[in-house]
Amino acid sequence: MTVLETRHVVESPSRRATARREGGLAGYLFVAGYAILLLAFGVFPTCYAFYLALTNDKGQFTGLNQFVKVAGDYRFVPAFTNVLIYLVMWLVVLVVLTVLVAVILRSRMRPRVSAVFRFLFYIPGALAGVASVLVWLFMLDPDVSPASWLLNSLGFHSFAAVLAPGDLPVIFVLIAFWTGAGGWIVVMYGALNNIPDEVLEAARMDGAGPWRTAWHIQIPMIKQWIIYMVILAFAAGTQLFIEPQLLQTASLGRISPTWSPNQLAYVFAFQQGDFNGAAAVSVFLLAIGLVCASLLVARSKMFTLDEK
Amino acid sequence: MRFPGFLKASARRTAAGKSAVALSLLGMTLLAGCASAEQSTTTTGSDSGSTTFKPVKQDDTSQITVWADSTRLPSVQAYQKSHPTVKMNIVTYDGGADGSTYLQTKVQLFDRTGSGWPDVVFGSPTDVTWAAEPTAPSTIPFAAPLDQNLVPQQTLDGFAKGSLSPCQINGHTYCMRNDIAQVVLWYNKSLMDKWGYQVPTTWQQYQELGQKVAKEHPGYLVGSVGDTNSQESYFWASQCPAFNLVQPNNLRVNLADGNCTRMSNLLDSLISEKAVTTQGFFSQGFAKNSGSKVLMAYGPSWYGQYLFNTAFKTPAGQIAVAPPLTWPGETTPSTGNVGGGVWMVSSHSANLKASTDLATWLTTSNDNQASAPTYPAYAPAAKVWLANPENQKYFAADVSDVFQQAADEVWTGWSNTKFSDATAWSSVVLPALTAGKSLTETLPAWQAAISDEAKAEGYTVTNQ
Repeated sequence: MTVLETRHVVESPSRRATARREGGLAGYLFVAGYAILLLAFGVFPTCYAFYLALTNDKGQFTGLNQFVKVAGDYRFVPAFTNVLIYLVMWLVVLVVLTVLVAVILRSRMRPRVSAVFRFLFYIPGALAGVASVLVWLFMLDPDVSPASWLLNSLGFHSFAAVLAPGDLPVIFVLIAFWTGAGGWIVVMYGALNNIPDEVLEAARMDGAGPWRTAWHIQIPMIKQWIIYMVILAFAAGTQLFIEPQLLQTASLGRISPTWSPNQLAYVFAFQQGDFNGAAAVSVFLLAIGLVCASLLVARSKMFTLDEK
Repeated sequence: MRFPGFLKASARRTAAGKSAVALSLLGMTLLAGCASAEQSTTTTGSDSGSTTFKPVKQDDTSQITVWADSTRLPSVQAYQKSHPTVKMNIVTYDGGADGSTYLQTKVQLFDRTGSGWPDVVFGSPTDVTWAAEPTAPSTIPFAAPLDQNLVPQQTLDGFAKGSLSPCQINGHTYCMRNDIAQVVLWYNKSLMDKWGYQVPTTWQQYQELGQKVAKEHPGYLVGSVGDTNSQESYFWASQCPAFNLVQPNNLRVNLADGNCTRMSNLLDSLISEKAVTTQGFFSQGFAKNSGSKVLMAYGPSWYGQYLFNTAFKTPAGQIAVAPPLTWPGETTPSTGNVGGGVWMVSSHSANLKASTDLATWLTTSNDNQASAPTYPAYAPAAKVWLANPENQKYFAADVSDVFQQAADEVWTGWSNTKFSDATAWSSVVLPALTAGKSLTETLPAWQAAISDEAKAEGYTVTNQ
């Protein structure tokens, strides 16, 4: 199997590369739109954040003092701890459930039924972040929730009880999974579809049942997609903002206004007027995201084939 | 939409990683000679008092933008109706309720972009603390000093005693108080009469009555501690030094003080008897589930209209009001204050004449205040307000004496700080109460949270 796969991939990039080079100016034109937007709204703000993080509000160079200052702030450690707990739960749930569901949809279901389910899973993802939080505000309030019997039987008799500090990561995972997982299930399904039929047939002839096929063949062959999902979900997860912010307002302040690092940056910037400190918090987030992504990419050899 | 960046960037990323390491090493070596990361504007008690206010170029016909909360929106609309020549753009926002920082957030941004400020805003007293100081070295304070040739001193002198103190910072007056929210004892007169209960005058009687109610009429309530502002009703009234500015930048936060523990112990006993609830009066579903079971409520003067009339829909003629309660040894009670908005005029306004006139009209004119939804801070207007039968007809008895008396008894030791007193209470104390902890055992955590917030805002904190 590995041999088969490698040969196939090694040939194609070189062919693609030559074809692209012949495109001349058109290629650049096509890339230009995105590149300009990326520079304006991605690269420039990042550079500006670095500039802010290394200076103070008078524009003087402060070295690492801003980082030392925000790291020593009493809200820094709780915010990063909160988001870490959330991330661990979210990534585990995401990987296990999306892959499991995708495998079931691909191998254990008729194509029609599977298509209906994929559509259903995807629908919540079409709601914008704010709208999905609002849906959950209703779902989690025992007074108005259609699932109030469930909340009551779990011992939650008021919205305030649902929002106990320890429950918050679970609530955010629920919201994130509900909105985000559908899209990933579709992606994983697509990845599973890319596995050549003869491979699966060979496995079947060798006597592998559906679960063995999934565990030893399908999942290893979509490993890169899983890593890719983890990296993107990690990046999105560290930036958790809308959910706690809205819940903070809706619960009339029962949640700390600096629950997540992004909220902390927001408070630094807009409440204390400390844009430099806010930039330092966001650079921390960027650094953590980059380090984790590089580790994952390096360990999984995700891009090695493409770059040969 | 970061997909492509992630996919293409691995090579770049290693390079970036190396340069980041190099950069940070560079930073480390330079650390010794670096400028301070502290903000230059966080120092309280700055010298802005000595500088005179210089307005921008004025144009008496230009449009003014007004930000008001939904409660005060009709007042602003009434002004527009009676002053049709003034060009106004009226915007509704949350008005700084429940510790919202919306206005501050927006002004921070307007200060950076150099445009966009509203001309007149309704806000909370907390908003004045930051609005009276520049948000960055190159900016001027958002709020215009009204005592500098904008509002006659005579008008400012007409406000109820102490009601302008949240507006007075660095020797200037930066806002006009719209309403006072003096805390009083609300009770359901019909039920009290029916059950033969005496209206308490001391905290001890309040506690005893609460215990009696819990036994004789379980389910009925004599109060709630679950709202974002319950601490102002109870701990402010108990003269607890939770937000006590001893100097402009020195905050005393001592919740171990006897004035705090006497209140927390009293409330804990009533909470355990289920006579006081930890659910907020204004929380989801409370009005529907328990609104008709509120026998007494210790809270602000606006409870009558907003809580009993609007939220609980208690029929007219049942609710009455009693003076603030006293502790042993006290002859005159001290009470709390829950909110009471202010109107500020922007120092960036190009039409200070119209802006100031609007703010003055809103806070002082009988046309507006006689039928205002809340008790006016401007003393002459408050008299007219009390004389207006519309403001009294809902209640079982005349509220004038109690309101007037309580307005002068608000304890001045609960200071207006640069951070809202609701944040720590709501995010630390209320979840603990919901989880079943007692108030008394939560006081240290509350004290720590207030102290942390205060330090982050640049205060020196004393816990003694």
